[in-house]
This record gives sequence, structure tokens and C-alpha cells, in this order.
Amino acid sequence: MKKYIDQGKNDTRSGFGAGLTELGRTNPNVVALCADLIGSLKMDQFIEENPERFFQIGIAEANMMCIAAGLTIGGKIPFTGTFANFSTGRVYDQIRQSIAYSGKNVKICASHAGVTLGEDGATHQILEDIGLMKMLPGMVVINPCDYNQTKAATIAIADYDGPVYLRFGRPKVANFTPADQKFEIGKAVHLTEGTDVTIVATGHLVWEALIAAENLESQGISAEVINIHTIKPLDANAIINSVKKTGCIVTAEEHNVLGGLGESVARVLATSQPTPQEFIGTNDTFGESGTPAQLMEKYGLDNKAIEKAVIKVIERK
Amino acid sequence: MPRLEELQDLTTQVRRDILRMVHKVNSGHPGGSLGCAEFFVALYNELMELNEGFDMDGKGEDLFFLSNGHISPVYYSVLARSGYFPVDELNTFRLINSRLQGHPTTHEGLPGIRIASGSLGQGMSVAIGAALAKKLNKDSNLVYSLHGDGELQEGQNWEAMMYASANKVDNLISTIDLNGQQIDGSTDTVLAMGSIKGKFEAFGWDVLDIKEGNNLEAVIAGLKKAKTMTGKGKPVCVLLHTVMGNGVDFMMHTHAWHGKAPNDEQLEIALAQNPETLGDY
Repeated sequence: MKKYIDQGKNDTRSGFGAGLTELGRTNPNVVALCADLIGSLKMDQFIEENPERFFQIGIAEANMMCIAAGLTIGGKIPFTGTFANFSTGRVYDQIRQSIAYSGKNVKICASHAGVTLGEDGATHQILEDIGLMKMLPGMVVINPCDYNQTKAATIAIADYDGPVYLRFGRPKVANFTPADQKFEIGKAVHLTEGTDVTIVATGHLVWEALIAAENLESQGISAEVINIHTIKPLDANAIINSVKKTGCIVTAEEHNVLGGLGESVARVLATSQPTPQEFIGTNDTFGESGTPAQLMEKYGLDNKAIEKAVIKVIERK
Repeated sequence: MPRLEELQDLTTQVRRDILRMVHKVNSGHPGGSLGCAEFFVALYNELMELNEGFDMDGKGEDLFFLSNGHISPVYYSVLARSGYFPVDELNTFRLINSRLQGHPTTHEGLPGIRIASGSLGQGMSVAIGAALAKKLNKDSNLVYSLHGDGELQEGQNWEAMMYASANKVDNLISTIDLNGQQIDGSTDTVLAMGSIKGKFEAFGWDVLDIKEGNNLEAVIAGLKKAKTMTGKGKPVCVLLHTVMGNGVDFMMHTHAWHGKAPNDEQLEIALAQNPETLGDY
């Protein structure tokens, strides 16, 4: 099985910040907006280099989303930055009418998604954002797995004309994808070849899936790990072709199992290739305060949970 | 024919369009539409600098955003009669497969529309964004927006007002249709807002009253005055005092016709009060 090496833990939000900085240097139409969370979103460098292209909106996310929609009229490519909770649930109607329905080229960049923001607790730990965003017609939903991929995704979405939801997180996690990767929206990335089970993971859980696959290998189980960084549009062919070989699948995400990646995968398989599936995700619950590692364990989001789900799904074949 | 008389005729024709559009589909919002006929005619014929044709970015021309999207009939009529799309297309208002949706949208590609509106309270923020883009593009043209007075009950407006003055968005003229009515009754009975003028001033805007919002001459003069107030470091608010249902006696001074279409008999009476001028669609 192909092995991946952690090049040094880093946070995906810093990948966003680095990507935005690069866009500031290469694309004069890129502008950035923030609702009083510059430091948390790592937008400082972009602002320092492009003060005239940055808009501090204050604590007013609804205003920010619609100002972003307005900025597209005149050819700007706005990147909004705030926490995932305030990027989605708080401003759903603004996104729905002024961005999605209006087809505006706004990039909604959302940090601190999921339980791994940790100690701040459930008010800030949105686990419903993928569902909210994927239901909006025309919205692209991306959840990259590490620093390098988040940076690459940030740069790539500037070249795509249309609304995008880019989801990333707070904690420092393994950085294992190539620094020079080309990010293709909607294209799954095969990380390992396997024959017994397909593990489809997104975001922080991709690394957990790789650890699980390594542990499973020592038990004689061959897992094919696929990184689905784009939840919508979903790379259905990659998933179907893999389960034709393995015959079962585990989906893994830091999100409610209701409305997340797992359900999108289940729909594809139910209509094209019915396959036993197990879901790793939070089970219709809010989060709570704690360290990221404690929360990942308590809510069944770590590599051990994935391993158990694999063993269960193989028995169902 | 003198210019003002031509525009009066256009205003009357717009009122006929509004009434016939909502009557045909037995739905839509005639009250606010009728009250804003003079404003739209003035804006598109005397105020805005417009390019030939339509493109979304609107560089080098003035832009307009309708925040209270339910008064789409007046918007569609004036856009059509300004040449953005065929006047005949007003026949398709609210019908299936039409570009003239119940509330305005970019989704069907109707020329003249740059954002969807209908869910209230979003248009001022959108207009601010477009005004900021104009400044970045070194484009000296203006951005206009229109909002209902009841709409100001949506909190997002106050976020937008705060932002616009703090950031000197002085290429923006936001007009409030001050007709004092909303769906459930007068604005004072539903949720009294006190002095809207005082509130805008307290939020750092320059405010101008147009007391006779249904007097075409006064509206043109007022908006021209507002234009001279731009570029001075403050966003400009126009308080347009109108009568909901203006031009049709039984629809005036009541909220009853906010979102209700006239029946056949009522239409006949209403049209008789607004005789055909430029030709019905």
C-alpha cells in the first residue's frame, strides 16, 4: 500500500491564507471580505499586500454576503472569510437569493468547520454546513484535507466562474498531499489501491482514513482510500468504479451523517451500483467543548471508528 | 410635445401596464408598484446614465437595484419601455416559462436585472458592493437602489447603513419608498419605526426628502438634487413620500392593494382613470 508522510502539521486555514495571498499577487480581480476574524482566517498577508482590495465588514455577516454579491457586478471575484457557522446557517437566505439564485461569482470561505474547532463548543461547531450548501442549486462544495490541498483549492476556485463553498478548519493536522498539486474541482483523488473495501473521506478525515487503511493492512484487509475533496459536483464515476472492485464502502466526514457526503454517495450508489455502506460522521447531534482529539474520539470520527466501520461493512457483503 | 408631458404620458402608460399585468394573472403587487411609477420613470429617463444594450458588469453606466422586489410590475414595465426587452413580453408576467418571474431574477436572463430580490432587506448591501466595485474600477458612475419603508424592519439594512457611512460609500443613492403601508397594515401599527429620517442621519447619511413623491416634476428635481449630494464622503438617502396605489382612487391610502389584483370590473374602473397614452402592450 502506498504510504503517505506528514510533512509537518499545519492548519488548513493557513492553507487558505497562503492561497489567498498568492491570488492577491496573481489575480487583480480577487478581493477579500472579512467579518471581524482576520487573524482566525489568516488573511493578514493578503490585506497587508492589497489594502485597497480588502473590505473589513465588521460583525455583520449578512451584509458581507450581499456586499460580496454586489462586488461581482463590475467583475470582482470576492472571497468572504468567517467561521463556517456564520458563513452558512447564519446567512442562508442571503446566500440563497443574492449569490446562488443570482448566480454570482462569490467564494464563501469558511474556517473552523466541524467539532475540531474544539473548546468553543457547539455554538461554533457547525456540522450541518455541507448539507446546507450542497442543497443550493449551482453551489460547488469543497472540503480539502490538508494545508497543501486547501492552498491549491483556494487558488483553483478563483478560475471557476460561479459560487463556491470552501470549507476548512482550525486545528493543525497532518500535511501529506504534494505542495505542487493541481487542484481539479470535482475530481476525486485515489490515495491507495485496494480490493476489499472503499473508504471515501473528506476534509480532516482523509488522514484518519489513511491511518485506518494502514492498520487494516496489518490485519490482511486491503482498503482503497479515495479523497473526495469536492462533495458537489461529486465524482460519481470514481466511486462507482471503486466499489465495483471492492463491493463495499465506508464514507467518512466531520459532519452530520444527515445531509453530508455519505448521503450523496448513497444516492449515487442506490441509483447506479447498490452497495453496502457504513457512515462515519456525527449522528444527528450537536458537538461540545473539548480538545479536537477528544471530540474526534467521542463522536466516532477517528481512525479507530473508521476501522470498525470497515470490518462491519465487509461482513455485510 | 414638451418633455415633461411625454414623461407624464409614459407614467400613465406604466400604471396601465401594472394594472393589466397583475389582473391577467390575478396576482402580484399593484399598490407599491403604482406608488413608485413616477420614481421609475424619472430614474430611467432623466437620471441614470445608461449604456446601449445590457451587460451584467455595467461598467461606465449607472446601476439600479430594486430591493423590494415585489414591486416587479413597475420595474418590468419601465425596463420594457426603456428598450431592455420587448414590451409584448409584459404579457408573460408570472406565467410559466417566463423571464418575468413574480420577483425579479437574473436566473432567466432578463436584460436589465442584475440581482434577484424578493426576500427583503438585501438590496442595500448589494448596492454597496456594486458601488465599491465602481470605486475599485475608477468608474465615476452612480449606484441607485430602492427600498420599501416596511422593508427597513429587516435588520440587515442597518448593517448596510452603518457600513456605507463608515466607509464613505458616497457614490450611492438609496431611496426609501415612504408610503407608510405594509402587508398587515400601516407601518405605524405593524412596527412603528419612529423617524426614519432621524435614523438615517444618526447613521451618518445625507438625507433628502421628496415630499411629493407622486409629482413627476418634483421627483425629477429631487433626484437631480440628490445626485449633486454624491461624492461628498457620505451615502445619500432619498425619502420618497408616496401614496400606495397612486393613480387609482379606490386603491389609494390603504394597504389593501399591497398584494391583491383587481377583478374585471375593478380593472375597468382603474383603467378608465388612466387612459391609454403610448399604446397598451
